[in-house]
Amino acid sequence: MITKNLISRLRPALVRPTTSIRHASAHFTYVPEVAREEYGPTSKRNLFQSINNAMDVALGSDRTAVIFGEDVAFGGVFRATVNLQEKYGKDRVFNTPLCEQGIVGFGIGVAVAGSTAIAEVQFADYIYPAFDQLVNEAAKYRYRSGNQFNCGALTVRTPYGAVGHGALYHSQSPEAYFAHTAGLKVVIPRGPIQAKGLLLSCIRDKNPCIFFEPKILYRSAVEEVPNGDYEIPLGKAEILRQGTDVTLVGYGTQIHVLKEVADMAQEKLGVSCEVIDVQTISPWDAETVCNSVTKTGRLLVSHEAPITNGFAAEIASYVQKECFLNLEAPVERVCGWDTPFPHSLEPFYMPNKWRCFDAIKRLMSF
Amino acid sequence: MHRVSNYLSLRAVQRCFKIPNNGGEISSGIYFPRQNSVSVGGIRGYAARVAPGAAAVDKAIQEAESSTEGNKATPADAADLAADRPRFPGSRSKWTGKMDFLMPEAYEGIPVYRVMDRRGIIDDPTQDPNLDEATLVKMYQTMTLLNYMDKILYESQRQGRISFYMTHFGEEGTLIGSAAGLDDKDLAYVQYREAGILMWRGFTLDQFMNQCYGNEEDIGKGKQMPVHYGSKELAFVTVSSPLATQMPQAVGSAYAYKRAQNGKVVICYFGDGAASEGDAHAALNFSATLDCPIIFFCRNNGYAISTPTSQQFRGDGIASRGPGYGIPTIRVDGNDTLAIYNVTKAARDLCLTQNRPVLIEAMTYRIGHHSTSDDSSAYRSVDEVKYWDQEDNPISRIRKYMTHKGFWNDEKETQWRDKAKKQVMVAFQKAEKKLRPAPEDLFNDVFDELPWNLRKQRKEMLDAVKSHPEQYPLKEHAKIGSAST
Repeated sequence: MITKNLISRLRPALVRPTTSIRHASAHFTYVPEVAREEYGPTSKRNLFQSINNAMDVALGSDRTAVIFGEDVAFGGVFRATVNLQEKYGKDRVFNTPLCEQGIVGFGIGVAVAGSTAIAEVQFADYIYPAFDQLVNEAAKYRYRSGNQFNCGALTVRTPYGAVGHGALYHSQSPEAYFAHTAGLKVVIPRGPIQAKGLLLSCIRDKNPCIFFEPKILYRSAVEEVPNGDYEIPLGKAEILRQGTDVTLVGYGTQIHVLKEVADMAQEKLGVSCEVIDVQTISPWDAETVCNSVTKTGRLLVSHEAPITNGFAAEIASYVQKECFLNLEAPVERVCGWDTPFPHSLEPFYMPNKWRCFDAIKRLMSF
Repeated sequence: MHRVSNYLSLRAVQRCFKIPNNGGEISSGIYFPRQNSVSVGGIRGYAARVAPGAAAVDKAIQEAESSTEGNKATPADAADLAADRPRFPGSRSKWTGKMDFLMPEAYEGIPVYRVMDRRGIIDDPTQDPNLDEATLVKMYQTMTLLNYMDKILYESQRQGRISFYMTHFGEEGTLIGSAAGLDDKDLAYVQYREAGILMWRGFTLDQFMNQCYGNEEDIGKGKQMPVHYGSKELAFVTVSSPLATQMPQAVGSAYAYKRAQNGKVVICYFGDGAASEGDAHAALNFSATLDCPIIFFCRNNGYAISTPTSQQFRGDGIASRGPGYGIPTIRVDGNDTLAIYNVTKAARDLCLTQNRPVLIEAMTYRIGHHSTSDDSSAYRSVDEVKYWDQEDNPISRIRKYMTHKGFWNDEKETQWRDKAKKQVMVAFQKAEKKLRPAPEDLFNDVFDELPWNLRKQRKEMLDAVKSHPEQYPLKEHAKIGSAST
């Protein structure tokens, strides 16, 4: 906890664009996307602003909705809740004591009583004290009560993923722990437009959701985000780039690595890659991925989390079962190593574009 | 006498030390030498440059000490001293010059509130809730019905007819007394040894039995172990096995109730063992800082399975923790149903009028084994159990009180016993004959709707059953395809 407080104090350095761009440029480039026209007028927003905007919409449209967590009242250490307390009142946006198991347990109770709970865990690295409440309680509430009680109105938001210098406890990607739990939905956006639509879907979904926010994108990802109320469906992958030779699957920040890798493969190898953002880790959209692999015959899955038992393992084994006759090469997984997330060695840990590029070469020459 | 110097205020320090303005700045009582007066030559240079200032400080200290030796503080100083309080944001208190550790042993334990003694006689008539006959009879009958149900289901587990059971022996008073002190619509979160609350609110014997048998009429749909009851209709949140997890949840519900201004409170039951969990700490602290209308009701029955309270905590029980969290707290005789009733009712009023939590610690004794998987004679004496069963039992105590009042007699007792036993047996036999849920119900209610992977797995399961029907207990279950949803 000492480390955490220190980092909170150092937060401007942690997310200041100059800092993150310096580190970010080492492993990905954010290319702004264009929102669907049907979502209406837009404004320029970075990721934290679009998340802030999503919560503004959620609180405006649901009087029972409350936001709480550590340091959310003054705007949050990443500014995601800025101005919300002023706008909606201290009883709707408030600080809790510093205790993650309490935050999630409290959120479950708010949801059980029929209100909408938007809980924040300051870093995904600190979600483990609430693991019991999430896995044994939130995930199983509806099932164990025969649908008499549920906490479907609970959403847990948490900053997530590598940030350049976050070391062991400000870099983790714990999605696979939760993907192994029936009853939870796990969602990770790749940019501001998706973040708003997916977060609004999570908040309104009738199941407890964990929403991981790639914190390296908070300030570095900027694009035109629709101002209105729109939802992006959960459980649906999105094909970002059509291709014919290899399917590249990922989520969160890693999508931007994969998009760049697709360009490199086209340019340097003449290989056509299909890039898919699964967006929802659980329950994931196997159909879209399998259809793509049926077409391309080759699959690369990539994530920042360690490789062993990471979510890529689930995708790989499912695809080999469903697409066995279509596969031209063994499924490649390019992931973090089976180590804790290191500080000064981060560049060597990351599943960067060069490692992904080499994997594509292996897939094509098998 | 304390040395005056212990009470020196910031201003007094400035005056006493007569720190030259150009020598540095006083801030929060710490002397910061001016940066530009410090040479870049390192420590030696620094020492040399500040030496004259240091001499002045030494002189000031000598002056200050000589003036305090005779307690010759000026009137202005005295006023400063009187107004002087610690300004730390983290506490509210005054200074002391006495180094005194707060020893927990120095305090007597928090007293146990009692209304009637073991003979059912009221100590102080002003504390008699004077409940009417109908209410008292309902309380007594619920306590004894729970007791009969416990005996029958305990035995049925011994015979292998249900898989598991937990009795309430010795704790019937805490349950019925508190249930009667609440509004039936108040939301109850419980641990597992609180079926009496449900029974008081009208959960039927059939419903209890259906849950224990996990048959197709169980409103929990046969998903959980026996005694994991729940009822939305009766505002009784479904029990789960992980201890204390319900505590911060109950606080969240109380917060939502406060915002909804629905005039209801939340009550949260837990045992003395569960109070050691981190979630208990979270709940107590959150409830206080977020001003939630919640009653924490601790059943301190002396044991957590085999662990006696001496190995569970070293403070004065659970109640002593309440004030540490800023929570109004009371300790009560758990075998005195009337005392439990009084404190629960008063706690409810306090919650609603002040929007703050209340902690009740009910002192009682777990007469039964922890569960059917436990033989408590392995860790405690039979004589100890016998004392609580025969000499200080909540059921016999309230019966004595009701007899004094003329509300109960031996004839009524005999009639009621026969009736209660019969009711329990009828419900028991009915539940045993019912089928278990249809196999495919296994997949329902994981999410609000079945996602693709569960639809796929449901089909795989049903195919597996079709391939080897003789390998599955199909006769005990409702027909495949008959589950609702």
